Amino acid sequence: MLSSDKQNWRPLVRAAFVIFFLLILFTDPALAQSPDPAYREFPLIGSRVALWLVAEVHLMFAAFMLGVPMFAVVVEMVGWRNKDARYDALAKEFVKLVVIAASTTAILGALLTFVLTVFYPKFFNYLANIFSPTFIIYPILFFGESFTLYLYYYGWDRMMEGAAKVGHIIIGIVLNIWGTILMFVANAWLTFAISPAGVDDQGNLVDLWAAITNPTWMPINVHRLIANVAFGGSIVAAYSAIKFLNSKNAEEKAHYDWMGYVGNFIAIIGLIPLPFAGYWLGREIYGFNQQMGITMMGGFLSWLWIIQALLIGILFLTANYYLWVGMGRISGGERYRRYIKYLAAILVVGWIVWATPHSIVASLEEARKIGQFHPLLGVLGVMSAKNTVVNLMILTTFISFLMYRRAGKEARGGGARRVKILQAIMVVSAASVVLFYGVYGYVDIFGLFGDPGSGTPAIIRIGFSVYQVAAVLAALFFVTLLDIFLFRRATTLGPMSWGQMPERSQYALVLLAVTFTWLMGLMGYARNAIRQDWHVFGILKDTSLDAYSPTLGFAAIVISVCVILFFGLIAFIFWLGELGEKKAKLTFPSSESKPAYEPAGSGGGK
Amino acid sequence: MTHRVLSSLKVRTIFAHPFAQAIVLEIFAYLLFVYALPFIAGIATGKPAPTPVSIVTLYMGIVTVVVLLYFSSNEATWSQFKRPVITILTEQQNRTTVIIRWVIFILLPLLAGFQAYSGLQTTVEAPAELRSIHPAPPTAIQFKGKTLNIQGLNNPLRADQANFAKNVQAGAAVYTSRCVFCHGDALDGRGIFAQGINPSPANFTDPGTIAQLQESYLFWRIAKGGPGLPTESAPWNSSMPTWEDLLNENEIWQVIMYLYSATGYSPRTWQ
Repeated sequence: MLSSDKQNWRPLVRAAFVIFFLLILFTDPALAQSPDPAYREFPLIGSRVALWLVAEVHLMFAAFMLGVPMFAVVVEMVGWRNKDARYDALAKEFVKLVVIAASTTAILGALLTFVLTVFYPKFFNYLANIFSPTFIIYPILFFGESFTLYLYYYGWDRMMEGAAKVGHIIIGIVLNIWGTILMFVANAWLTFAISPAGVDDQGNLVDLWAAITNPTWMPINVHRLIANVAFGGSIVAAYSAIKFLNSKNAEEKAHYDWMGYVGNFIAIIGLIPLPFAGYWLGREIYGFNQQMGITMMGGFLSWLWIIQALLIGILFLTANYYLWVGMGRISGGERYRRYIKYLAAILVVGWIVWATPHSIVASLEEARKIGQFHPLLGVLGVMSAKNTVVNLMILTTFISFLMYRRAGKEARGGGARRVKILQAIMVVSAASVVLFYGVYGYVDIFGLFGDPGSGTPAIIRIGFSVYQVAAVLAALFFVTLLDIFLFRRATTLGPMSWGQMPERSQYALVLLAVTFTWLMGLMGYARNAIRQDWHVFGILKDTSLDAYSPTLGFAAIVISVCVILFFGLIAFIFWLGELGEKKAKLTFPSSESKPAYEPAGSGGGK
Repeated sequence: MTHRVLSSLKVRTIFAHPFAQAIVLEIFAYLLFVYALPFIAGIATGKPAPTPVSIVTLYMGIVTVVVLLYFSSNEATWSQFKRPVITILTEQQNRTTVIIRWVIFILLPLLAGFQAYSGLQTTVEAPAELRSIHPAPPTAIQFKGKTLNIQGLNNPLRADQANFAKNVQAGAAVYTSRCVFCHGDALDGRGIFAQGINPSPANFTDPGTIAQLQESYLFWRIAKGGPGLPTESAPWNSSMPTWEDLLNENEIWQVIMYLYSATGYSPRTWQ
């Protein structure tokens, strides 16, 4: 734990930095001479880029802060129910990272408010007029969250036993409730800018609740909730990977290997439903305004989705890769090695389909031979194909996870084979449903919606994604349920060698976190760029010098800077957080001695 | 060492080696993308089309990443995979290996130089375009002095079932007299003027064009043509004329009905 003496100086240093920065800002001649009271120009990089950087980096920290407590409290509950102190210690380690990051998140939030009020006063005033009651609630929620977080972390050791432990878990749940409401309130502001509601044609407030619950509010809430868990998991996994690579002894390696595994597992759990939540958000955007929807998916932002496809392909592949490599440290894992090539084949086909653009970059000569769209590959460029492959990639990742889970164990009992066959039937059935609706999205084979062989109406085709998702989620749920029962009293095939992971697997975890972060920045750009030259779409026009959409190339540079800033800052504050622990680390046993530390899950991937 | 190298040249042994398998996979993927895909496109659609270089590059990148990850996902396979590379880079004793290393070290920069030289060569051909095919429609348009709200607008003739066939017939007449020269008599974007137009005229038989759109979208595109495209993603490169100068509102709706009727697609609806 951090000693209070050691950390007292840190907020002061940070506050000094902020004050210094603001002094430079407010005394800049460019700021003083600004002629337009609606906007002020930020020196050197311009107001838009300044706001972009601060908002994005703040969002990354906030996502980490909100995501980690969600799974930390679950891990704590697992430890409490199973009476396993190792899970409890792990949960506390997760929350420690949140406590370290809390003050930076708050400082960035304050900076964001400063940048908005100083450089975009017209926009900020308009939002303040609409949402003023929430501006009062927000700080209360923020204080509530902060105090609960400190109580949760610093009260951990005092509330370890009996009813106190239950109370501690309740504090953890309350912390998540605070955080979730806090995010929902902030989401109301940003989603209102995309899909305003509750205002008249002149933009005057008519109904505050309608403004809060605007069309994209709930889809963003759900999408962010899930994404925060996935993001938090990936950052924790990357942190563990760095610690693993710098470990001095076998015990440290074992611990951080296990921690990295748990982080990656959480990231995958979050990643699986994320495309579905994103699809819902996309539908709501289309439903709110067709122009906005087409700008996003087919207009100037369409190439963004190819970049997104490449990044998500990296996420899926990296997550699978980590599990495949991880099987090497489980006795019995070699049984599943022969199946990996088939999973890799599905992933490569899925990734290729997902990354195939509808409008292909072609030379004049190629374009003349191809026509408007490629006769074969053009078919892969529309949503039916994308939905189909993303569902198959999710199923493939799930199979990798099942193999990893089973690697060190052998199910006992006469019915085990039948249960396994039933599980296989479930997975194959889900894949068949996904493929069937994928093909039916193009051709009405049986003439259910018109003449047999004719094209399936677009409005019907969109609905097919629901059946595909339902089939996959049902398979995931029931197969997992059966697996839990099947391997409850399984025979362990050998020890789980935590810590014996090749270093490249740890770099994969770092890549996973960087890709998640970059993807988050990219999606943030997409969500804001669809407003084009509106601060609040259709209501408040952007009349600043930056009233144009930045190109994808420029956006990619700014997003990359945000990612570098985020990782630079988080590495720095984690390092600061470690300073007080160095002495404790030296007391670890040396690698020659018998490992004193044995993480949960030892003994065949239990 | 020489004996080991020679014995490892046996075909069966070579193909059992992960590095050789990776190379075979890469070659197979390249042949599939460059030769097999156009062939399959020809069989499936009756219209062979080359796989553009941009797509081959993208696909090969993905295949290479997955191949490397697959072979490195197991410690023993990965050690085996790396061995020829390490041997080529570090071997000091074996003369053949040293010669191979020098050949690679000389050929690789030459290849990179050739690639750079080829890439910088100017040709008379226009550069490849990163096209944005689907412009976003405006919320409302002015049509012959009347405001039409594109958002939520339905084809008024579609509800008139009694005259449905008549309207489609009238639309066919409009299409034949106005649209066929670019969009083709098979509605596939291969009219007699199509070869002179870049980007190519829309192929209505493609499931990615009118099948994805509301009729109001088509109305806007036909009425306002290329000049009416939005400022977003400008400058646009469209040869579509402004048909509102030559067609009335009913004629535009009729030709839209014909497009859907002839292709067998249904227009996207608002609900």
